[in-house]
Amino acid sequence: MCKHLFRLMLAVAALAAIPAHAALNLLACEPEWGALARELGGDRVSVYDATTAFQDVHHIQAKPSLLARARNADLLVCTGAQLEIGWLPILLQQSGNPKIRPGQPGWFEASAYVPMLEVPARLDRAEGDVHPGGNPHIQTDPRNIARVAGALAKRLAQVDPANADFYQARHQDFSARWQGAIVRWEKEAAPLTGTPVVVQHKGFPYLEAWLGLKQVAALEPKPGMEPTAAHLESVLAQLQRQPAKMVLRAAYNDGRASDWLAQRTRIAVVVLPYTVGGSDKARDLFGLFDDTLQKLLQAAK
Amino acid sequence: MFQRKLIALGVLLALGLPSPSRAASDTELQQLRREIQLMKQAYEARIDALERRINLAENQADKARERAETVAAAPVPAQGENAFNPGISLILSGTYANLSQDPAGYAISGFVPSGGEVGPGERGFSLKESELVVSANIDPNWRGNFTLAVAPDNTVAVEEAYVQSLALGNGLTAKGGRFFSGVGYLNEQHPHSWDFVDAPLAYQAFFGNQLGEDGVQLKWLAPTDTYLEIGAELARGRSFPGSDRNKNGTGLSTLFAHLGGDVGASHAWRAGLSLVRTSPRDRAYDDMDSTGTAVTNAFSGDSKMWLADFVWKWAPQGNSKSTNLTLQGEYFRRTEDGSLTYDTAAASLGTATGAYASAQSGWYVQGVYQFMPHWRAGLRYDRLNGGSTGIGLVNSGALTAADFPLLGAYDPRKASLMVDYSPSEFSRLRFQLARDQSRQGLTDNQLFLQYIMSLGAHGAHKF
Repeated sequence: MCKHLFRLMLAVAALAAIPAHAALNLLACEPEWGALARELGGDRVSVYDATTAFQDVHHIQAKPSLLARARNADLLVCTGAQLEIGWLPILLQQSGNPKIRPGQPGWFEASAYVPMLEVPARLDRAEGDVHPGGNPHIQTDPRNIARVAGALAKRLAQVDPANADFYQARHQDFSARWQGAIVRWEKEAAPLTGTPVVVQHKGFPYLEAWLGLKQVAALEPKPGMEPTAAHLESVLAQLQRQPAKMVLRAAYNDGRASDWLAQRTRIAVVVLPYTVGGSDKARDLFGLFDDTLQKLLQAAK
Repeated sequence: MFQRKLIALGVLLALGLPSPSRAASDTELQQLRREIQLMKQAYEARIDALERRINLAENQADKARERAETVAAAPVPAQGENAFNPGISLILSGTYANLSQDPAGYAISGFVPSGGEVGPGERGFSLKESELVVSANIDPNWRGNFTLAVAPDNTVAVEEAYVQSLALGNGLTAKGGRFFSGVGYLNEQHPHSWDFVDAPLAYQAFFGNQLGEDGVQLKWLAPTDTYLEIGAELARGRSFPGSDRNKNGTGLSTLFAHLGGDVGASHAWRAGLSLVRTSPRDRAYDDMDSTGTAVTNAFSGDSKMWLADFVWKWAPQGNSKSTNLTLQGEYFRRTEDGSLTYDTAAASLGTATGAYASAQSGWYVQGVYQFMPHWRAGLRYDRLNGGSTGIGLVNSGALTAADFPLLGAYDPRKASLMVDYSPSEFSRLRFQLARDQSRQGLTDNQLFLQYIMSLGAHGAHKF
C-alpha cells in the first residue's frame, strides 16, 4: 500500500511539473512593487503579486498558492519594516528556497531605501500593532517610489546580470517619466497644502508629508484595532471643535466607520486606491497617483 | 543675477565718469568701449560658469541629503551581548468549565485509550498549558525552534524542540528533533490556535490529541504554481498509536501529500492524504474487567492509519479582516492487527494472550464564520465509528466481552458550538457549548469559557 501511495505521489508530481520559466520569477508582496518591477523589468521578468489592493497586507495567511510561488521565486520584493511579519516568515521557512532568504540578493526590502516616518520611540503592544521600523506604508509618496526604483533596478541587474543593461535603460526611461510626473502632480496638488484630514488607519503619513496634508484624527483607536463606538464619538467631538475637510481610507478598509462619521459631520469620504489595482484608474503606478490626486482635489473643492 | 547687475552698474558708472583726458579721440573712446564690452562678456561667461557650478553643488547636496536620510532610516541593530537574542513568545491560557458529568476517569468508549490528556479537563476554573516558544536562526543553514509546555499541575513538557534546514534548496526542507507530525491538517497546530477549546474527538482517540514524535522529517515542495507538498517522517514511535521501547531503528513512519491553491481571489483550499504506520509492543492501557477489578491490558502488533484532510477558506476578495469563513474536515481510518494480552499484572483472572484485530474510523467537520470584525462563531460535529473489533480471547470463550468494556461496540459523537471575540491579534476570549456523547450511556453537557493571549514575538498566520 505504502509503495502504491509513493508511486501515486510521484506520478502526481510528474504531471504537475511545469517547465521552468525563462524569465526572472519575481514575487511581489504588494501590488505597487509588482507594478514597479513590471516597469523596470518589462518582458524579462514574470511577476506574481502576493496580495491585492483589496486585502489588508497585515492580515494575510501563508496560503498554499503563496508557498508555491515563493518556492519558485528568484527575487522577492516586499515593503519590509515588519509589514509582512505575520506571513512572510512562514513562506521563507517552508518554501525550501534559500535564494529569497533575508540577506540574499533575492530578498529585497523596499523600506530599507526610504526615510521612514513614525518610528516609534517606545515599543509596546499596548500601543496597538506598531512596527518597530516605522510606518511601513511608504508607497503613498511618489518620491519613495523613485528611491525604491533606483535600488530595485540595481538589484534586478545583480540577480540577472545578463540583462543588466536592459534594466538600467528601462530605469532611466522610467525615472525621467516619473520625475516629470512628480513635477506635474506637485503643481496640481498645490491647493491641498494644509488641508486637515481624518484617516481610518494610520496608513497615510507619507502622502500627508508629501502633499502637506494635516492629519487631525484617526478612526482606529490604536493602529490595527477596529474603530470602536466610543472612539468614534470622541473623534466626532474633536471634529466639531477642529473641523476636517475629508476622511481618507484605503480601498481595502471597511467603510462603515468612515461612513458613520461622514453622515454626522458632512465631510467627504475619500476612498483612495492606496496601491495599484485599488481603483479602475489605478492600473499602474502613474494611474495610482493620478487617481489619488484627482480624488483628493475633488473632495477639497 | 545680483552680481551681474552690480557689474553692469560699475560699467555704466565707468562710462559716465568724466574722462581726465579731454583730448582722447573718438577712436580711443570706441576702443575703450570695445574693451569694456569684451570684459563684460568675459565676466558674464564666468558668472554663468559659477552659476552652473552652484547648481551642480546644490544637486549633489540634495543627493547627499537623500543618502543621509536613507542611512538614518536603516534600523540600527541592537548592540551588545543580547543583540542576537532569539524571538520569544509566551502563550497564556485558562478556562472555566461547567460539566454535567464527572470528568474523572474519562475514556472514549469503544476505543483503546490513547494515553493523551483527552477529555473535557477539570471542572471549575483551571489553568491551561502555558507555552513558551523560543526560535531563531542558528546559522545560515539551520533554524531552531523550542516550545515548552508548562502544565497547570506544575509539570513541564518539551512539546517541540527541533532544528529545520534553511539552505537545502530545490524545495526541500529537513527537520529533526521533537516535532508535531505533518500529517493531516490540524496536527501541526498548537492548541492555542485551535478554533475550539478541545481537539476533535478523532484526534483525541487516534493520536491522544496530537501526534508528536522524536525523529526526522523531509518535505519537498514541487516547483509548480499549484501547491504540492510531499513529506515523509521516520520517528521513534514514542507516543500513541506507537509505544516507546528499547530498540534500534525506527518505530513509526509517516508519508503525506498536500495539494492546494486558490479559486479566484476569494477562495483558497488545501487537501491532503496521509499514512501513519507503527508497530507498538506491549502498548498498555487500563480497563475494568467483569469482576470489577482494575486490570492492565497490552497490545502488540501493527497499526496503520489513513488520514484525509480538507480545508476551504473564503473571504470577500481575499480580505479576511471583516468577514471570512473556514470549512474543514478530516477523516481517520485505523486498522490494527496483532495480539492482546489481558491482565498483564495478573491482578484478576490471570494473564492470557489472544489475537486482536480492529478496523475503526472517525471524522469531524467544522465551520467557523467571522461575521464581523473581532467576532467569530463556529460549529463542529465529531463522530467516531467503533467499527469491528475482534478479540481472540472472547471469540474462543476464554473471556467475555464484559472483561473488555472499553472495547465494546459504540459510536461516540459530539457537537460543539463556539463564539469567540478577539479584541486584537494577540488576545482571544471564547465561549463554547458542547453536547458530548463520547462515553457510552452518558451525555455530558459542557460549557467552557476560555482566554488565550500571546505576548512577545509576533505569531505566524498559518493557513
